[in-house]
Amino acid sequence: LAPWVPVVGLEVHAQISSNSKLFSGSQVQFAAPPNSLVSFFDASLPGTLPVLNRRCVEAAVMTGLALNCSINKKSLFDRKHYFYADLPAGYQITQQRVPIAVNGSLSYSLCIDNKMSQMVTKTVRIKQIQLEQDSGKSLHDDTRSQTLVDLNRAGVGLMEVVMEPDMCCGEEAAAAVRELQLILQTLGSSQAVMAEGQLRVDANVSVHHPGEPYGVRTELKNINSIRFLAKAVDYEIQRQIEELENGGTILNETRAFDSKLGCTVPLRDKEGKQDYRFMPEPNLPPLILYDAKSLPANMNHQQVINIDWIHERLPDLPSVKREKLVEQYGILPEHSFTLMNEDGLAEFFENVVKQTQMKPKKVIGWILKDLLGYLKEHSLTVKESPVSSYLLADLLNLLEKKEISSTAAKQVLAELWKGEGKTPLEIVKEQKLQLLQDQKELEQICQAVIDRQENE
Amino acid sequence: QKVSVEVLDHLEHLALVDFRDAEGVERLQKAIEFADQLHEVNTDGVEPMDSVLEDRCLYLREDDVTEGNCTKELLENARETVEEYFVAPPGNIPLPKLGERETFLQDS
Repeated sequence: LAPWVPVVGLEVHAQISSNSKLFSGSQVQFAAPPNSLVSFFDASLPGTLPVLNRRCVEAAVMTGLALNCSINKKSLFDRKHYFYADLPAGYQITQQRVPIAVNGSLSYSLCIDNKMSQMVTKTVRIKQIQLEQDSGKSLHDDTRSQTLVDLNRAGVGLMEVVMEPDMCCGEEAAAAVRELQLILQTLGSSQAVMAEGQLRVDANVSVHHPGEPYGVRTELKNINSIRFLAKAVDYEIQRQIEELENGGTILNETRAFDSKLGCTVPLRDKEGKQDYRFMPEPNLPPLILYDAKSLPANMNHQQVINIDWIHERLPDLPSVKREKLVEQYGILPEHSFTLMNEDGLAEFFENVVKQTQMKPKKVIGWILKDLLGYLKEHSLTVKESPVSSYLLADLLNLLEKKEISSTAAKQVLAELWKGEGKTPLEIVKEQKLQLLQDQKELEQICQAVIDRQENE
Repeated sequence: QKVSVEVLDHLEHLALVDFRDAEGVERLQKAIEFADQLHEVNTDGVEPMDSVLEDRCLYLREDDVTEGNCTKELLENARETVEEYFVAPPGNIPLPKLGERETFLQDS
């Protein structure tokens, strides 16, 4: 039986974190009264024109630089035409011919065989990043056979990040998206919260035999979490393999992931192949970006975007932060990975280290096993932890000074977890967990035990 | 070179126009012939132009909230609304295929 090679590519839409929309001054906000954050332009009323938001361009440049892309100093806007109730203009303004950034790469880590101790680094090529408008939201009311349309989201800025088909399974796709999410959050260019629709992923999946041309691909949509992304991709790979091994064919179609059934299903009739009739957006001249060399002398600063200026101000990316943690604290790469993977955990760890004499290599165990264990058990985020870094450091100091045993420390932590406001020292005294250090006192106790034994 | 029925049908689907009758199709045909005159110009080595404004500066707006909050005004344009939502049919209703609808193109 010839082996199958699965091929997975991704199209990720990240909502830009900005106050106002890409081409208009209405507000960007999740969950507001329907149609309250809509300007005349967003509603596509006649006589309105797009005006580009500077912040959105900066966000796209930052993201392009962080993903090692070439930034196109001249990029163009186009119209992509299709009819849908939540697209009032009948077209979306996007960048089809010349996007703002191209040819980058994203490195991500995977655990081999689910063992945290063995991590490999993989890379996926970034084909391009383009700026485009988001559409409004459709609420389908099947009982009354109608669709309710809310345009609050219409016109919000998106960065579409296109990843080449360099991935081979659900795990790789999920890891790549997770790393992209962390990068976007570190940059602040997008908050990338999938649950709020700020990060949407479509996957392109196909299979073929080694040495043969790529197979027909299907597009997977409606994936609501990173976990479901992995499941959807793996299910689709299996489905395609089974279909082909049974002599069937794969249709070039769009499928949705049904999270309840754990399978992919064909999406309702998409009217055959779409013809988007791309044309240049006539109301927007080319977007020109500058660098230190090409900076024009006489232009108003507010009208100039300097790529080098943005590059100099990029924060440390997650991969850099991970290396710094390993170097600075002597912890293992997989520890550093887990610290960065949990929002606020790296900061928490560093705060504890600052406030305790215990070596970071020992502190890390308490953070990753005990603290993180409790948080996961109670579905809490680091920010919601009833045990602060100050309290934990206090406890670890007692342990370090040998005033309590390791077992006792765990008991104290369990008590601290209740969040009743007691300090570690108070709990130790209450539960009489102090280690006896006094030699004479220990001798007396031992002697008493021996005497009792002899008397029995 | 006449525009084929397939192309006309495709255009009717895409743009939801109705060529209505032979006169409509003829008008389209004439418009294409008129535009085809552009092919007589030698454009070797000349970059295509997008618009006469393409060498203007693209204005960049500051990221401030300056509009929105006009729900009532916007909804006034809609024939039907439900609790401040616009109302639309359930999904796209595609134009019936060529053989299944009444169009002059059928007889072409």
